[in-house]
Amino acid sequence: MKKTVIFGALTVAGLAAGAAGAATLDDVKARGKLNCGVTTGLAGFAAPNANGEWEGFDVAVCRAVAAAVLNDKNAVEFVPTTGKTRFTALASGEIDFLARNTTWTFSRDTDLKFDFIGVNYYDGQGFMVPKALGVSSAKDLDGATVCIQTGTTTELNLADFFRKNNISYEPVPVETNAEGQQQYLAGACDTYTTDASGLAATRATFENPDEHVLLPEIISKEPLGPLVRHGDNDWGDITRWVLNALIAAEELGITSANIEEMAGNTNNPEVARLLGTEGTLGEMIGLDAEWAKRAIMAEGNYGEIFAKNIGEETPIGLARGLNAQWTDGGLLYAPPFR
Amino acid sequence: MSDTHAESIAFVRESSLPPAAPPDKVGGPLKWVKDNLFPTWANALLTVVALYFLYLLLAGSLPWLLNGVWGASSLSECREVLDGATGACFSVLTERWHQLLFGFKYPSDQYWRPTLALVLLFLAVAPVLFIDLPRKMLLFTGIYPFLAFWLIWGGPIWGPLFALVGVVVGYMVYARLVHNSFAKALAAGLLAAIAVWYVGGFIGDALRPASPLLEAVPSRDLGGFMLNMMLGITCVSLSLPIGIALALGRQSHLPIVKGICVVFIEFVRGVPLITLLFVANVMLAYFFPPGSGVDLFIRVVIMITMFSSAYIAEVIRGGLAALPKGQYEAADSLGLDYAQAMRLIILPQALKISIPGIVNIAVGLFKDTTLVSVISLFDIIGMIRGPILASTDWNGVYWELFLFASVLFFIVCYGISQYSQWLERRLATDHR
Repeated sequence: MKKTVIFGALTVAGLAAGAAGAATLDDVKARGKLNCGVTTGLAGFAAPNANGEWEGFDVAVCRAVAAAVLNDKNAVEFVPTTGKTRFTALASGEIDFLARNTTWTFSRDTDLKFDFIGVNYYDGQGFMVPKALGVSSAKDLDGATVCIQTGTTTELNLADFFRKNNISYEPVPVETNAEGQQQYLAGACDTYTTDASGLAATRATFENPDEHVLLPEIISKEPLGPLVRHGDNDWGDITRWVLNALIAAEELGITSANIEEMAGNTNNPEVARLLGTEGTLGEMIGLDAEWAKRAIMAEGNYGEIFAKNIGEETPIGLARGLNAQWTDGGLLYAPPFR
Repeated sequence: MSDTHAESIAFVRESSLPPAAPPDKVGGPLKWVKDNLFPTWANALLTVVALYFLYLLLAGSLPWLLNGVWGASSLSECREVLDGATGACFSVLTERWHQLLFGFKYPSDQYWRPTLALVLLFLAVAPVLFIDLPRKMLLFTGIYPFLAFWLIWGGPIWGPLFALVGVVVGYMVYARLVHNSFAKALAAGLLAAIAVWYVGGFIGDALRPASPLLEAVPSRDLGGFMLNMMLGITCVSLSLPIGIALALGRQSHLPIVKGICVVFIEFVRGVPLITLLFVANVMLAYFFPPGSGVDLFIRVVIMITMFSSAYIAEVIRGGLAALPKGQYEAADSLGLDYAQAMRLIILPQALKISIPGIVNIAVGLFKDTTLVSVISLFDIIGMIRGPILASTDWNGVYWELFLFASVLFFIVCYGISQYSQWLERRLATDHR
C-alpha cells in the first residue's frame, strides 16, 4: 500500500515536471530531431516498409511538423507506442508529439493533461460480420460474441451501445488489429468491431472480401487527431497550424507539385500569407517565413497525403467521406491564415 | 581331417549352414508390429485411431507446406499464384527475413556484425559448456562480452576496452588478496575496477574519434530474433551469479543480508514479469529527466535479470537444501572458511543437483523475452505483430510468420535441453 502511494506521488511529480518543462520547440531544435510517437503498425496509417522507413497517414503529419520546425522531413525519431504506452510516453516527455490515431475525448484532453491540436481523420466505430450470419443491423447482434481491442475507446462505446439498446454481448478481448482480424477469421467471434476505417482496411486484405459486410450503424464519433502535452501552448500552436496548413493547402489548391509556382506568382493574398511571401505569420509562432511551404512540400497537402496512403487508389481503399473539405460537404475546415 | 573315409563318404560338410531367418511369427518387422502396435484388441484400436489422426494432421498440413509460394512480393500475388489451391505464402519470409532476424532499423550493410557476434558466441561459451576443452579458451570467454557489445552497438572502441581493462585490474587485485580473505579481496577488486572505469570514462571521452571504426547503432534500432537472443543470453548469464548469491544470502546467518535476500526474492516472485516490464518502460521514464534516461534495452535487461535471478535463487536453494548436513560439517572439519567451503564443496554439488531446474528457468526465460513486444520493442514477435502484419503487402499472413518464429525458438530451446541432458550424464558421479 505504502509503495502504491509513493509510486503515485512520484507519478504526479513526474507529470508536473513534464508539464513544467515547457519550451518543447527549443528542445526539439537543440536535439535536431522530432520525437514522434506512432503506432507499432497500422496499415496505411503508420508502418515501416521493407527498407525500415516509416510511412503512412499519421507518419506524414510527423514529417510535416519536422519539415516546418527543423527544415528536414527526415529529422524524425519515430517512437512506436502501443495503446497502453502512448499516453505515458507523451506525458513523460519521451516523445514531443503523438500522431497515433488517437480519439479526441473530453477526459483525455482535460484529465490526462493533453492538448489535441486538431483532427486529421474523422472516424466512427462500425461492425463487420460474415455475410453467412445473415445480420443486417447491429441491433440484431443480441448475444453475439464480439472481438474488441482492449484499452481503446471502442471498448467503451461497445458497452454503451449494447446497454442503450438493451441487448447483451460477450466480449472477446484482443490486443492488436492483427490479432482481432485473425480471431474474427478463425470464427472466435461473430463480429469484429473497431473504427470503420480499420474495418475497411482489414476487409480489403481478406481472401474473399465479398463474404463479409460492414453493418450500416456507426455507433460512435471517433475524431482521430495528433496531440501534445498540456502546458506548452507555443508548441501546441506550431503543431496545430502545421496541420491546418496541410488542410488549407488542399482547399487553396496548393500541391507539392505546384507549390514553387504558387509561391512565386499568386494574386491570392491568403496563399501568399500561407507560403510566407507576404506577412509575418511564421514570426508569430517562432519559425521562419517558409515554415508552411516546407510542411506542404514534405509529403504534399492533406488530399495528397490521404490519396497516397489510405485513399481509393490504395489497397486500403477509403473514400473521403467525412474527411472531405467543407467545400465538398466534408468536415475539414481550416481557420483562416490571417 | 584325415583321408580315412575318402572313399566311403562322398561329401563332408566343413562349415555350418548359415542360420535361417526366424519365422515371421517370432521375429522381423511383422513381429515388431504385432508386439508393439497390435498386442491386444484395445491397443490395436488405439493404434488405428492414432494413425487416423496422424493422417488427418499430415493431410491437412503437407499440401499447405509443400505447395508453398516462395517468390511472390505480396499476399495478393501469392493468392494469384496459388489460384485457389491450398498453399503457404512463404514469400513473406524471403522478403522480410532480415527484419525478422535483425529488426527493421538495424543498418542492412552491418548485418555481418551481429552474425559474427553469434558465431563468436559459440566459440566463447564452448569452454564453459564443455569442461573437457582446454582451459585457455576461457580467456576468450572473458573478452567476449566486451567484443560482442562493440560488434553489435558499434561506436568508439574505448568504452568496451576500458570496461575490460577495469575488469582485468579488478581481478588482479582480487587474485593478489584472495589468500587473506575472500570478502576483502572482492571488495578491493570491485573498488579497483570502479576506479579504472571512472578514469577510463574521461580518457574515452578525450579520445573519441570523429568517425568510429564501426558505425554506432542505438539500442532502439535493435530488433528481431537478435533481440530475443541478446536478452536471453545476457539475462541468463547475469542471473546465474546473482541467483547463487541470493540463494546463499537467504541461508546466511546475518539477519540483514538474509532479510534483504528474502524480501527481494519474495517480492520479485510475487509480481508478474509483464508488470516489471511495464515498470521498466513506463514508470522509470518518469524518474529520469527526458532524453537522459537509461537506455530501454538496459532497463529491460535489469528487470528480466531481477525476475529470473529470483527464480534461479530458489532453484539453487533447493539444491543446497538437498545436500546432506554432513557435507557442511565435513567442510568445517577440514578448516575451510565459509567462502572456501562454498566454492570447493557445497556449490559444486548443489549446482549439479540444480541443473534441470536452472535449465528449465533458462528455457522459460528465453521464451519470455517475447513479452517485450507489449512494451513496443520489436523483437521477433513484435516485428510480426506490428510492422509486418501492418504492411499493406502482408496483412493477413499469420501461420507462415509464427511458424518461422516457433521453428527458431524450438531450435534454441531443444538445443539447451539436449545440452543439459548431456551435462547431467557427464556429471553423474553418484552410485545408482
